Amino acid sequence: MATSTTPRDVAAPDRPPGAGASTKAPSRRPRRTLLPYLLLAPAIVLELAIHVVPMLVGAWMSLLELTQFHIRDWSTAPFVGLDNYRMVLDFDSAAGAELLQSFWVTVVYTVASVGISWVLGTAAAVLLQRPFRGRGILRALFLTPYALPVYTAVITWSFLFQRDTGLVNHVLVDQLHLFGDRPFWLIGENSFAALLIVSVWRSWPFAFLCVMAGLQNIPGDLYEAAAMDGAGFWRRLRSVTLPMLRPVNLVLLLVLFLWTFNDFNTPYVLFGGSAPDQADLISIHIYRSSFKTWDFGSGSAMSVALLLFLLVVTAGYLLITNRRRNDA
Amino acid sequence: MFAAAALAAASLTACGDSDGSSAGSAKTLTYWASNQGASLEADKQTLQPELDKFEKQTGIKVNVEVVPWSDLLNRLLAAATSGQGPDVVNIGNTWSASLQATGAMVEFDDATLDKVGGKDRFVPAALAAAGAPGKPPAAVPLYSLGYALYYNKKAFADAGIASPPTTWEQLAETGRKLTGGGKWGLAVEGANPSENAHHAFTFGQQYGGEWFDAAGKPTFDTPQNVAAVKRYVDLMATDKIVNPSNAEYAQNQSVSDFANGKAAMLLWQAAGANLKSQNMAPDAYGIAPVPFLAAPPAGGKKVNSMVAGINLAVFKHTKNKDAALEFVKFMTSDAEQVALNKTYGSLPAVTTVANDAAFSAPEQKVLQQTLATTAAPLPQVPDESTFETLVGTAIKELFADAAGGKPVTEESVRQKLTQAQQQMR
Repeated sequence: MATSTTPRDVAAPDRPPGAGASTKAPSRRPRRTLLPYLLLAPAIVLELAIHVVPMLVGAWMSLLELTQFHIRDWSTAPFVGLDNYRMVLDFDSAAGAELLQSFWVTVVYTVASVGISWVLGTAAAVLLQRPFRGRGILRALFLTPYALPVYTAVITWSFLFQRDTGLVNHVLVDQLHLFGDRPFWLIGENSFAALLIVSVWRSWPFAFLCVMAGLQNIPGDLYEAAAMDGAGFWRRLRSVTLPMLRPVNLVLLLVLFLWTFNDFNTPYVLFGGSAPDQADLISIHIYRSSFKTWDFGSGSAMSVALLLFLLVVTAGYLLITNRRRNDA
Repeated sequence: MFAAAALAAASLTACGDSDGSSAGSAKTLTYWASNQGASLEADKQTLQPELDKFEKQTGIKVNVEVVPWSDLLNRLLAAATSGQGPDVVNIGNTWSASLQATGAMVEFDDATLDKVGGKDRFVPAALAAAGAPGKPPAAVPLYSLGYALYYNKKAFADAGIASPPTTWEQLAETGRKLTGGGKWGLAVEGANPSENAHHAFTFGQQYGGEWFDAAGKPTFDTPQNVAAVKRYVDLMATDKIVNPSNAEYAQNQSVSDFANGKAAMLLWQAAGANLKSQNMAPDAYGIAPVPFLAAPPAGGKKVNSMVAGINLAVFKHTKNKDAALEFVKFMTSDAEQVALNKTYGSLPAVTTVANDAAFSAPEQKVLQQTLATTAAPLPQVPDESTFETLVGTAIKELFADAAGGKPVTEESVRQKLTQAQQQMR
């Protein structure tokens, strides 16, 4: 995060003098063309080192049989071409079937988490749109989950979800008497719900924050005009707020989708590295396939396949939404 | 692609450099210790005075980091891959062959063993669990451990039980008498793959099963292994002497349950230090050997523990191999073996101090007897750590089934074990 914002922060104050130079001193023009690149250079170097190069290495690893016999010296790892892909994408085999199952779990998890987070975030932002006493406190309160370090927050959740000593069961069973038997949350069928709850808890404040920012840009007279035309709350929401929020929502949903689909920290901390089948997200599955079984080749093949899938989804999403925008 | 990989390797090395304190002064070693005592901090306080002693003797400074068990194997793997990191490390002895296969560890051939005191110093069974048979060991033994049955004396007396069970049938019977009123007969660490795998091994031996064949290929789903795993999970599923909540235990909550009197029995390695830290007095519990089957099937072995223990290994990438071996020699010296094993409740890995008075407590006596007569090493094959992960996780899922009221049948056990085996490559 820090690396990508730095250049922007540095570049911004530089713009006014640059713009002024073009009218006053033509001799400074060559410097003006170089400067942006110079300022971008650190970001590009870091981007290459942190994102692009490891990604390429991952792609390379997926073509090797990289097990414990070879991890110390990769040059000894046999080149197996697409064998790793054949193995992990063979959905009739045990490994492939598990990957497919994990993929579907992740799809359902992502759709549910992004959907609920977006609805919650938008609802909260709209309700807090008009000033009232205590609005600032509520805003700060709603943003707390986003501000907490993920490990601390999820470890706390894992305590809450414990069967015998957790607060969740204490409330549900001991106080509300909703269940006769204490349910499990961290193993078995409920583990998916537990994971989803933590995920929504963590990501809805971000939706709230984005939508809240988007709402600031909607001119008040639009609402006034709508009100004069006799539009009620729901009508204004449907015809003014949501259409005006469209650009924000486009980006917000994409970002939430990518974050949630790739989420590793939440399941890892909640379930400790070996998630139950019902909550076996693909990131955890890949981790288990490479680190726990020491087979980095097939783990990388899964990662690359996942990367391609996300690329296709993202490209498709951007294409469709752009076309709609152009049509409009 | 080649260029990218080469570039990546270079950049990765550059990134790792900041971590490599071994690259600094020639007289400094980095040592990763495993968590043997009640907490990481307690371990550090145990080790630091000894390391200071070593520095005074040799001038070699040792920086110790106590690494939790949940991270240790990953950290070792990262160090082996990058060639960066510590000089000397503790490893679970069952990982020896797996780590040996990476080629990242210094081989203790006879000449190297001589530098740390000679091959004959070490307990033979412990040294045999330091690498694949027929190869120079990849480590030397440091602490020796084994499983024992810990039982709550008061709970036994209250229920009118005179002596600890010696067979699983008796254990189930005893457990039923002790279960009730929010208390349970036995506590297990159901969501901890390593613990599960260790028990799978012991039960497997008793049923005559093997987890790997002679060629090192996995044989997870043999009828013997299915019966063994089912017997273990049945302690919760059919005997109902284990609290279903134990299916989510992975942070030693079973030890706490035993210490707090919520469970009357526990199968554990050197629990004494941990129990003491949770205010359970040593005279509040008894220690007995882990039970056997009353009527072992054909081929069943009289084994009731793995040869457990901690080994000390040296990374080949160390820039101070002599200093590192000096440190290994120090840690396996008579004085340190007595001091450290006494604190941790484990047994010395060298023969010279086996009869020291420090190891005459009941806990150590049971351990000694078990290790000498009825313990067997886990298979020393390169895939051993994968076995622990996959089979241990399969058993975790079976415990989850049992806790959720789903039937655990021979068929469901076999299915899980077959699935685990298919993930081996």
